[in-house]
Amino acid sequence: MRLRQGQFSFLPDLSDDDIRTQAQYAIDNGWAVSVEYTDDPHPRNTYWEMWGHPMFDNRDAAAVVYEVNECRKEHGGKYIRVLAFDATHGWESVRMSFIVNRPKEEPGFRVVRQEAPGRVIRYSVESYAVREPEGHRYG
Amino acid sequence: MNDMSDIKTVTGAKRYSAGVMKYAQMGYWEPDYEPKDTDVIALFRITPQDGVDEVEAAAAVAGESSTATWTVVWTDRLTACEKYRAKAYRVDPVPNSPGEFFAYIAYDLDLFEPGSIANLTASIIGNVFGFKPLKALRLEDMRLPVAYVKTFQGPATGIVVERERLNAYGRPLLGATVKPKLGLSGRNYGRVVYEALKGGLDFTKDDENINSQPFMHWRDRFLYCMEAVNRASAATGEVKGTYLNVTAATMEEMYERAEFAKTLGSVIIMIDLVIGYTAIQSMAKWARDNDMILHLHRAGHSTYTRQRSHGVSFRVIAKWMRLAGVDHLHAGTVVGKLEGDPATTKGYYDIFREEYNPMALENGIFFDQDWASLNKMMPVASGGIHAGQMHQLLTYLGEDVVLQFGGGTIGHPHGIEAGATANRVALEAMVFARNAGRDIWNEGEDILRDAAQTCTPLKQALDTWKDVTFDYASTDAPDFAPTPEVSA
Repeated sequence: MRLRQGQFSFLPDLSDDDIRTQAQYAIDNGWAVSVEYTDDPHPRNTYWEMWGHPMFDNRDAAAVVYEVNECRKEHGGKYIRVLAFDATHGWESVRMSFIVNRPKEEPGFRVVRQEAPGRVIRYSVESYAVREPEGHRYG
Repeated sequence: MNDMSDIKTVTGAKRYSAGVMKYAQMGYWEPDYEPKDTDVIALFRITPQDGVDEVEAAAAVAGESSTATWTVVWTDRLTACEKYRAKAYRVDPVPNSPGEFFAYIAYDLDLFEPGSIANLTASIIGNVFGFKPLKALRLEDMRLPVAYVKTFQGPATGIVVERERLNAYGRPLLGATVKPKLGLSGRNYGRVVYEALKGGLDFTKDDENINSQPFMHWRDRFLYCMEAVNRASAATGEVKGTYLNVTAATMEEMYERAEFAKTLGSVIIMIDLVIGYTAIQSMAKWARDNDMILHLHRAGHSTYTRQRSHGVSFRVIAKWMRLAGVDHLHAGTVVGKLEGDPATTKGYYDIFREEYNPMALENGIFFDQDWASLNKMMPVASGGIHAGQMHQLLTYLGEDVVLQFGGGTIGHPHGIEAGATANRVALEAMVFARNAGRDIWNEGEDILRDAAQTCTPLKQALDTWKDVTFDYASTDAPDFAPTPEVSA
């Protein structure tokens, strides 16, 4: 399967130049861009690991591409995403989020069903990869 | 402009001698009145009967929507009646519409119960719409003072937290209404939900009249839909939702259905506008208490919003619903099959999504409106839209919107999943191109064609619907052209 989180997961993988144009759009809007990675891609895993702080004072998207590639050197077998934070009053949250790196193989998720009274089923979605300990997933 | 502009309020004992007096003489017309920051202001479009002066008509509307009755009553003198009288303070002819006038009326805040849409509307649109001296009456806009806004909960979730819960940022959300809207069994219905969500939609939606009918009772629908939602979530790694319509005959039944949706783990439920303002506020409170996104389908609104001369403008309904506390509300597409010109629709979207609305007559917004940090509502665009219009939709409607392609998903020649994928790819390609600095308005068709080269479902969608447009004159366009000399 292909993890469909983020703004552009239905498009072909982004090139470094694609990443640069999108990061520059965020910067030009006054948003702080950051890089995060994880080997637990559950749809409700909010807190991916931070590859440094959001780049609050950076005006040049080339620096974002540089950090993505530095992160790839260490975590190339994991998911890496680029985020943009908007600190404006009334938003103060994420404005953009897109995946820029994936594991070679994405085994996906299973649905776990627990049958409860009255035909109710309690569902969990679980990533196959998280059966292995952190750091030992995705080969 | 009119022959009664110098009419004076009768004062002293004469004001209260028994009998009938003009409303304008009773204190409901005060051309020198300066509205207070805490006043509620209503703008009505009035069409007086032939021979009825517009100032008297405006004063009558002010009177009948506040303290007056048809005759003088001495019991007024037991109250601070000058405070409680609504005051018509300005009457302007409507541009290019002989016989129609805009009447501005100010209401003291103490006339209204805090936090109650039912109470607000019982005054403002209560008796007065049937008043005989008027041919027609339309509530065009309202200014809601911050002091009053702050007595309402506002949207249960709001755009920002909705996006955080869905883990979906930087693009419009995608949805589809399950079709056919009536007749599918629960099992078949869930199939449509599964295919559409797996294909790339964020949401599917019950239609307004799907409640609990012989072909599909509500529990069956909820159970099969949540199987579909969870399977699709596992297939894509995304948070998915389906608007489970909990509309029912009684509050007790709606609460029961909402609780069941919560038990099953749904992120969103839905109600119809026809349940009424109090029921909507109750469900908004329930949604806030239970971390549920609340979708409102505006079923029935066109019975009173569509005609220009009589009824209530949708921009007023939108303001009431933001106060009442729903998260999603349909607001038009501009390019689809349902009513809505671009300028008026922009006015609606601004009311949904902005923290502050400056007066914008060209968009039908007559007042500055401060929303006092109330959450923002997510507008929903649905009705006759398809992937080939993606550049127009993104340009007109922006990013914080749910684009709902019902027929445009389920009617795809290669099936529902293909239809959903076509929409999602078109959307992502268009957002990407916009962010990269392309002129999507002019290059939109090229951008879609390029994206279709690596996405067969999109190519098929573009081929199927390439000539579909809905180009009819609007029945509800703004009265003011966007020229600098227009002022309020």
